[in-house]
Amino acid sequence: MSQSSSTGSFDVASLVEDVNLRRVAQYALVVFFLGFFLVPLETGIMTAIKTNESVARSLPFAPPVGEGFTLGNIQFALEQLSGSFFNSLIMSIPATIGSVLFGSMAAYGLTMVNWRAQMGMLMLFVVGVFVPYQAVLVPLARFWNNIFPLARMLEPMVASIPFFQGYHAELVPLVITHIAYGIPICTILFRSYYQSLPNSLVEAGKIDGASITKIYRRVILPISKPMFGVVFIYQFTQIYNEFLFAFTLVTGSDAPAAPVTLVLPAIGASTSGIDFGIRMSAAFLAAVPTLILYVAFAEQFAKGLRTEA
Amino acid sequence: MATHDNTEHVSDATDEAVGWESKLRYFLNSDFVRSAPYWGIPFVLMSIAVYGGIGYNFAISFTDYEGLGTPDYSTLDLEMYAQALSSDAFIAAAQNNLVLLVGFTTICLVLGLFLAILLDHGIRFSEKFQTVYLLPMSLSFVVTAQLWLWMFNVESGILNLVVTTLGFNPVDWLGNPSIALGAVIFALIWQFSGYTMVVYLAGLQSIPDDQFEAARVDGASITRTYLRIIVPQLKEASVSAAVVLMVFALKAFTFLYALVGRYRPPNGTDILATLMVRRAFKFGEWAYSAAIATMLLIMALGVIGPYLYYQYKQGSL
Repeated sequence: MSQSSSTGSFDVASLVEDVNLRRVAQYALVVFFLGFFLVPLETGIMTAIKTNESVARSLPFAPPVGEGFTLGNIQFALEQLSGSFFNSLIMSIPATIGSVLFGSMAAYGLTMVNWRAQMGMLMLFVVGVFVPYQAVLVPLARFWNNIFPLARMLEPMVASIPFFQGYHAELVPLVITHIAYGIPICTILFRSYYQSLPNSLVEAGKIDGASITKIYRRVILPISKPMFGVVFIYQFTQIYNEFLFAFTLVTGSDAPAAPVTLVLPAIGASTSGIDFGIRMSAAFLAAVPTLILYVAFAEQFAKGLRTEA
Repeated sequence: MATHDNTEHVSDATDEAVGWESKLRYFLNSDFVRSAPYWGIPFVLMSIAVYGGIGYNFAISFTDYEGLGTPDYSTLDLEMYAQALSSDAFIAAAQNNLVLLVGFTTICLVLGLFLAILLDHGIRFSEKFQTVYLLPMSLSFVVTAQLWLWMFNVESGILNLVVTTLGFNPVDWLGNPSIALGAVIFALIWQFSGYTMVVYLAGLQSIPDDQFEAARVDGASITRTYLRIIVPQLKEASVSAAVVLMVFALKAFTFLYALVGRYRPPNGTDILATLMVRRAFKFGEWAYSAAIATMLLIMALGVIGPYLYYQYKQGSL
């Protein structure tokens, strides 16, 4: 700022005016896009807390007034979703932990330790990030249903665990699938971080005679805590939000083991159409876990996305 | 691997009696072997899932496998590929897919770049705004599909509210086959432009500030500075964001399914991914859908391959 006023000192007044006008236009655009990104969410929330009558009579984004306010939709949606919330969480948490741990290990083996043909192997991991999952759906369905019906094998065992039912066994193949397909992206995320670490860390450990395992446990794991945060948040969001694998392996929104994303597209629908109050309530409840994570750790989430590119 | 090493070095073991033994020991102590459990276990698990899956899918695509029962590998041919390439549904889906890929990727890149430049300089609390712009990316496609289903609603959706306020007739966004794909692209742009913005912002922040200063001293306008000096330096960010967006556009299934909650998406929005899943899981035409999936994979590789080669050449892998 000070520089521009000194270079154009004879015309300061018009310069300031110009800058201010541009500022105003810039802020106006910022606010416009704020609206663009928030209106669908705001409308959804407002619809969720309105009675059907109020939804039909008021503007979609207007807040409910007086009699038009209700928590009935949210209550109803919560009842419908509670079982699938449990399914989603007991599926997402182990799947996230598994893929993050494996990803960190693979990245360590591929980055901090030098050996030939690393690049070729890395390429296989990178391609694994981008492969369209449609290309493995038919094999996945066949593998878990016909060749290795793990869910059926585990059913009696899972049924004997407190709080669990036999059908929760269907989530075990889903967890394994998520871990396996989550490894490539986690590896790439960790690798970019490990590459930024100074080589001297591992070298110092080697000179001290520490084994590769010891270096991982004593040196790499402690300093990669922030990266574990980033990858964990990123991966949990991905797995919790995922639909296609659940759709292939659990099938059907009425299956008792269905995660939230599988149930949501069918909630509040009847022959007479969709009850949008209920549908919007369910959409918000389904989004709550990832929204909380996002609001609390927006920076980590953005970092995960940046590194992916 | 180890046994292979044995036999190779036995012949010159006359010179050094313990030659091969120490070499074996050396090999077993090498970083390659000792780090093997770290990359090996994840690699095997991932390879079975990804590459085993692709291979199996490839094999099934040559059979006539459908319905219940098991695939019969005795007669392998390209019949399913021929059948797909000559079917109208496939051609229409491929065309829609192309429109989605080009339209979605281009607009996302342009809008993301615009948002990044908008927030890059001179905005207070710029990080807070970024957080809001990126928020749709944290939502599931299933959730955003519900939100947009309501936005697109013919009687009470916001979009028709705007349209009728401007004096036009209400539009059936998802029911009119010639508009539906555009509507879907619009909703996906809403979700993804925050992502391109974040990628571009990272690129912008790596450009030193003195380039802006130098351009300013030279009397270049802000627009000119960005167009001539800054944007050309964002090539790398553009390429990597474009790859992610294009691959997404190829496989986008969830949003379309969740809009209607059934296998057939709104008329005019059927893409290869939805066609493939419908053929497989609704009609049990496993071989046919495996063939579509293989072609989808080849298209994705057509996008990723050049990108990885470029990255490798740049030494940035």
